[in-house]
Amino acid sequence: MDNAEIMEKSSIDVENIRADFPVLSKQIGGKPFIYLDNGATTQKPQAVIDRVSQFDSEEYGTVRRGSYRLCERSTQLYEEARQKVADFLGAPTKQEIVFTSGTTQSINLVAHSFGRKFVNAGDEVIISNIEHHANTVPWQVLCEEKGAKLKVIPVNDDGELIMEEYDRLLTDKTRIVAVNHVSNVLGTINPVKEITVKAHKAGAKVLIDGAQSMPHMKVDVQDIGCDFYTFSGHKMYAPSGIGGMFGRMEVMETMSPYVTGGDMILQVTLEKTIFAKPPARFEAGTPPITQVIGLGAAIDYLDAIGMDRIFEYEKSLLDYGTRLLQEIDGLRIIGNAADKAAILSIYLESAHPHDIITMLDQDGIALRGGHHCAQPTMIRFGVPATARASMAFYNKFEELDALAESLRKIIKFFS
Amino acid sequence: MSYDNELYQQVILDHNRKPKNFHELKNATHKCHGINPLCGDDITVYLDVDEATGVIQDISFTGSGCAISKASTSLMTTFLKGKKVDDSRVVFDEFHKMVLGEFDPEKQEHHLGKLTLFMGIREYPSRTKCASLAWHTMIGALDKKTDEVSTE
Ligand SMILES: Cc1ncc(COP(=O)(O)O)c(C=O)c1O
Repeated sequence: MDNAEIMEKSSIDVENIRADFPVLSKQIGGKPFIYLDNGATTQKPQAVIDRVSQFDSEEYGTVRRGSYRLCERSTQLYEEARQKVADFLGAPTKQEIVFTSGTTQSINLVAHSFGRKFVNAGDEVIISNIEHHANTVPWQVLCEEKGAKLKVIPVNDDGELIMEEYDRLLTDKTRIVAVNHVSNVLGTINPVKEITVKAHKAGAKVLIDGAQSMPHMKVDVQDIGCDFYTFSGHKMYAPSGIGGMFGRMEVMETMSPYVTGGDMILQVTLEKTIFAKPPARFEAGTPPITQVIGLGAAIDYLDAIGMDRIFEYEKSLLDYGTRLLQEIDGLRIIGNAADKAAILSIYLESAHPHDIITMLDQDGIALRGGHHCAQPTMIRFGVPATARASMAFYNKFEELDALAESLRKIIKFFS
Repeated sequence: MSYDNELYQQVILDHNRKPKNFHELKNATHKCHGINPLCGDDITVYLDVDEATGVIQDISFTGSGCAISKASTSLMTTFLKGKKVDDSRVVFDEFHKMVLGEFDPEKQEHHLGKLTLFMGIREYPSRTKCASLAWHTMIGALDKKTDEVSTE
């Protein structure tokens, strides 16, 4: 298929979608705003903005702590949002959804509440070479503290996990395997189901970091079979400050609290506290209530479009953009997995990523430059940093044309 | 459409392409490794200082980074060669404040010479560290406090 055919087959009416996102019609220095930093965070549709505003105007009250009507109503809405997350992820019950501030906190929760309890001296934890620091540092710290060993699944030159190596790394000492579903730098879609099946055979638990997958594809945690699946709301068109995880009930029940205080208890006397069941056990304190409502609205919005359609359209953006960039001399795409989400990590022979970002910004194009909180990945590919275009279903083919044109100009400017 | 703007002036582009004093200094009396963890800029500055006179007899650098950091380091080395250590501290202070927008060489007396061409950086707060890394590293070398400085 050539690029004309890719555009022809588009599964989404993008102008209609763009009308839902107020910020996308803004101009930057007199030029149309081209937002290609969706891997960092996503823009909000009017439906989310309105729902949040309406909730704060008319329905806001504390949750789980009162029996007057306003509070009962907000608690009900809060729990409905939990059900929406459960349905979106294919979780068996809504009690298996824990709200946190985001992926970083979810992974720290598991490293703390599962890790501190079940990982001991001589045990092993497995991650991969293409993880975000959020899925690297908590495990490093845990292993150091416990005298456990951190093992790393290597990747090939295309950025795909080498599964034969994974098979060799798994032993009866492996307690947990923690990998992302989609790499935030390379876009690689990892074979999380196969990873999970193998880990379970070895007797290990599995955490999947879904920060970059849940906003872009249909996810079914029961099909994957994983024990934990973490996500961030701000990367899926919801407000910042909210995220969470799916945790299998039988595993979460064995875990101790991460943060302690109000709302996570069954009973407290001055001598002893009996902890509540999950998810409350892991939700100490007053949660970000409005943000949870916003997350629910974002899920409704995504469901109305359909995750399969979103995935298909973003895939066509990726194919289109890949083709454009491959034609540019002196440009390298880092990460060429066969199974890939809509992320293009760019490296130019002639210009450093930070100069690229500053120059693109002058054309109204927003990309992220740097190591993307994944320094071990940069080291693996021998680059100090990359410029990353990460797409969403509101991006247009024309925006990728503009990106390619600007990149050509930048190459000329610095050569 | 071109990119001619205050930030990427021709001199900066030239020093980026062909940096001056871009090599190791074998008999360095001072050296320091400087990193900007946000960008991955990574340089080492070498100085040969005459202890009796306090004159910087030679200065050089190695490493990698963006155009701004490379040009800034290159220009710093050409500017400081033959200057006194005490004077270089004054220039560091003025340069540092200039890129932060706290010192305006157009309005205030200064010792920056052609280094004022980095003034445009003050419009780009996310890039000021790219320009000042060289200077922090140079001061780190002179102070011999540590082997490594970081912008963070
Ligand atoms: C793959 C991946 N994991 C974890 C994170 C951390 O997410 P947050 O900063 O929302 O906690 C990110 C976001 O940058 C990510 O892309």
